[in-house]
Amino acid sequence: MKRFLMLAGLLLASQAAAQSLDSVMSDDRQWAMPAKNYANTRFSNLKQITPANAGQLRVAWSFSVGSNHGQEAAPLMVGDTLYVVGAYPNELFALDAVTGDMKWKYSPRVDPSAQGEACCDVVNRGEVYDNGKIFFNTLDDHTVAVDAKTGKEVWATKLGEITQGMTITMAPIAVKGRILVGNSGGEMGIRGWVTALDENTGKIAWRAYSVGPDKDVLIGKRFHPYYKSAQGKDLGVKTWPPGRWQVGGGPVWGWLSYDPKSNLVFYGTGNPGPWNSNQREGDNKWTTTIFARDADTGEAVWADQLNPHDLYDYDEINENLLIDLSIAGKQTPVLVHPGRDGFMFVIDRATGRIYSADKYDTQTSMSSFDLKTGRPVMVDALKPLLGKNVTGICPASPGAKDWQPTAYSPLTHYLYIPHQHLCMDYKTAEVGYIAGTPYVGATVNMYAGPGHYRGEYAAWDLTGRKKVWAIHERFPVWSGTMVTAGGIAVYGTMDRWFKVVDAKTGKLLYRFHAPSGFIGQPVTYQGKDGNQYIAMLSGVGGWAGAIANAEIDPRVRNGALGYAGAVGDLPTVTSGGSTLMVFSLGGRHAH
Amino acid sequence: MRISAALLLLLPLSARAETLRVCADPNNLPFSNRAGEGFEDKIAMLVARDLHMDVRHAYALQNERFLKHTLLARKCDVVMGVSTGVDELDTTRPYYASTYVFVTRAPLKIASLQDPRLRGLKIGAHLIGDESTPPMLALGREGIVDNVRGFMIQSGFDKPNPAARPVEAVAHKDIDVAAVWGPFGGYFAKRSPVALNVVAMTGTGRFAPLRFQFAIAMGVRKGDPLKARLDDVIAREGPAIRRILSDYGVPEVPEVSNHG
Repeated sequence: MKRFLMLAGLLLASQAAAQSLDSVMSDDRQWAMPAKNYANTRFSNLKQITPANAGQLRVAWSFSVGSNHGQEAAPLMVGDTLYVVGAYPNELFALDAVTGDMKWKYSPRVDPSAQGEACCDVVNRGEVYDNGKIFFNTLDDHTVAVDAKTGKEVWATKLGEITQGMTITMAPIAVKGRILVGNSGGEMGIRGWVTALDENTGKIAWRAYSVGPDKDVLIGKRFHPYYKSAQGKDLGVKTWPPGRWQVGGGPVWGWLSYDPKSNLVFYGTGNPGPWNSNQREGDNKWTTTIFARDADTGEAVWADQLNPHDLYDYDEINENLLIDLSIAGKQTPVLVHPGRDGFMFVIDRATGRIYSADKYDTQTSMSSFDLKTGRPVMVDALKPLLGKNVTGICPASPGAKDWQPTAYSPLTHYLYIPHQHLCMDYKTAEVGYIAGTPYVGATVNMYAGPGHYRGEYAAWDLTGRKKVWAIHERFPVWSGTMVTAGGIAVYGTMDRWFKVVDAKTGKLLYRFHAPSGFIGQPVTYQGKDGNQYIAMLSGVGGWAGAIANAEIDPRVRNGALGYAGAVGDLPTVTSGGSTLMVFSLGGRHAH
Repeated sequence: MRISAALLLLLPLSARAETLRVCADPNNLPFSNRAGEGFEDKIAMLVARDLHMDVRHAYALQNERFLKHTLLARKCDVVMGVSTGVDELDTTRPYYASTYVFVTRAPLKIASLQDPRLRGLKIGAHLIGDESTPPMLALGREGIVDNVRGFMIQSGFDKPNPAARPVEAVAHKDIDVAAVWGPFGGYFAKRSPVALNVVAMTGTGRFAPLRFQFAIAMGVRKGDPLKARLDDVIAREGPAIRRILSDYGVPEVPEVSNHG
């Protein structure tokens, strides 16, 4: 009898451990996906840490993930366990969320040659929890499922070939028993896709390509794009010179959001490649495009291509926040997309209609965004063509904002935007030499935008459609952010500051000088001890920070696709790192 | 007995001899491969012999990270072939200059980038990640797009000499014209079972600042005194170097400046 009770107890415990993502998501003590919720708001209802007491924050514990590359991943907290994945070689750790004690470690055997294929450091943007498993991607194109309790691999599915330039760096999401994954490698001649895998078996359920014929892009009867230029058959083929789409890029290395009400997933695709723009005449659909797709079948419902025939490497993989906003006096389900091209897009979730596109940072390459045609108005004088020297292109290739996700507070109605503030010059001059082949290349030189700062953390009023406050930072703000009901917003800087600010005013409440610069994503959770914690990986790198962990020679101004020049002084303030930092107010469980 | 005598002779020698540490691609003929069959391999041997050095290689695919992982990581001290004017390095005096070429199946012969026939022929050229080779850019500027096929220049170890694909494609009649860097054209045309014509590209002037001729030198780390010694070898061994280049069918052009 006693034994039976114990067994029942065990069963209960394991059932509790195997909660679905839905149920964990609605419990603000936990943080089960990098974006916190399907709407991608990165907002938590926790209130213990407030502007009044944030000054008393202290380091509760810390942990090394052991690989000094850029650490972009968001830790997760489910039950009483904190999960964190490091940059290549992508080890996954399970730690006691209160004490930091290690429970287990899972080490995938990642093919080392994948390192050579990643364009912009060997980062990983995080993992997702669902039904007792942790899912994440490895640089060498595998999605793995790991038992959340034991750390044992449940399945691993290979999704692509690193020898063809493909890698995977994004954090997957879990929707209705499927894991959705996208690929990286737009510069290398890959063909972008989103793939849905069965979360129990790892079997591929569907794959939607970003380029190619409608049947591959999963464009069919349900597809009703709002704008005329997106209407027509096989545009993923016809808007390219013959055959170019086969290596056309459009990778999906950013964020996916999901609207359970309409059963649609939303995500953006990356830049076209690898052909020079004059060899890929046409819109190059569906690169730099926001897709709405049926979550069960992958069928496209609408698509907005934000940068047709992209000239500047303005990927539109940035996150899409699903928010209800008042549009012309009517509460409307919209998608907010802080564009890489510097426009704040507010888009109707059901139709793809763009309601507004306001510039949120210096923008010179496009004079405006035409809401009637759904296309940007290009500035011809700033088109980078080989043989031309063009100066003052803003934003630079990383865009006004890159992958680093924003957060939205339903209390302040502000969007919190960590971003860079860089412009660039484009010159034809550099002699390149690869695989025995000399060529004349372009030098991309990035530098601080107007005002001589390179990064900004800003609050954007979505109702008033304007910036309400901004904190200028010396370096691009390449970290993510989050905001809480307690009224604090959190981010980190590449010069090693962990920062907590007042969500209303932007006033700095607390800062901590960490071992290495921040390009990670902060999360918050409540431990079993009742304390609220904030966790974030320190460890500079990524496209912006590769120069600091010796990936790039700072003397090469054109290194890291032009980024090294913009952050040449970064190695004077930080080097690479790999430390998970966990903060709390102390309380009952002070360490 | 004889063996040990030879060993005895060798040991003090190799202990005394310096090593020429060469950074090389393990799979890119006609330049180099792991078996030492490329002309850069032969020239490295020649240089080492001249300097009474041994040769040792550090291999890596010659992509954007090649210098970082080899020369700049001090795993080796010289890159046998690099275009002069490359930023990250000191380069020796150039030891040859070559040109982009058109490779066609005989009897077809194309010389000029402005040849109207190019609009109707299937053309292949190399793609380089974010950049492009000069012929590819020039063809784009001429509006010659639809009939152009791109060959990514780095394809790893899957097949031997990945950069040879466009020339092979001409021989196999997949395409009609390959617009490639001279040493590829010269070498693979020489070995092709089908008669191929290799013609230096002309009619390139209007595409400035694109350039189609480049001078090639050896590259060393900035400030490395090895440069002066290599310059001397290049001067001394000029005729022997010429012979090797000619054996490999490298189309040579008079010296060009890579800075203008």
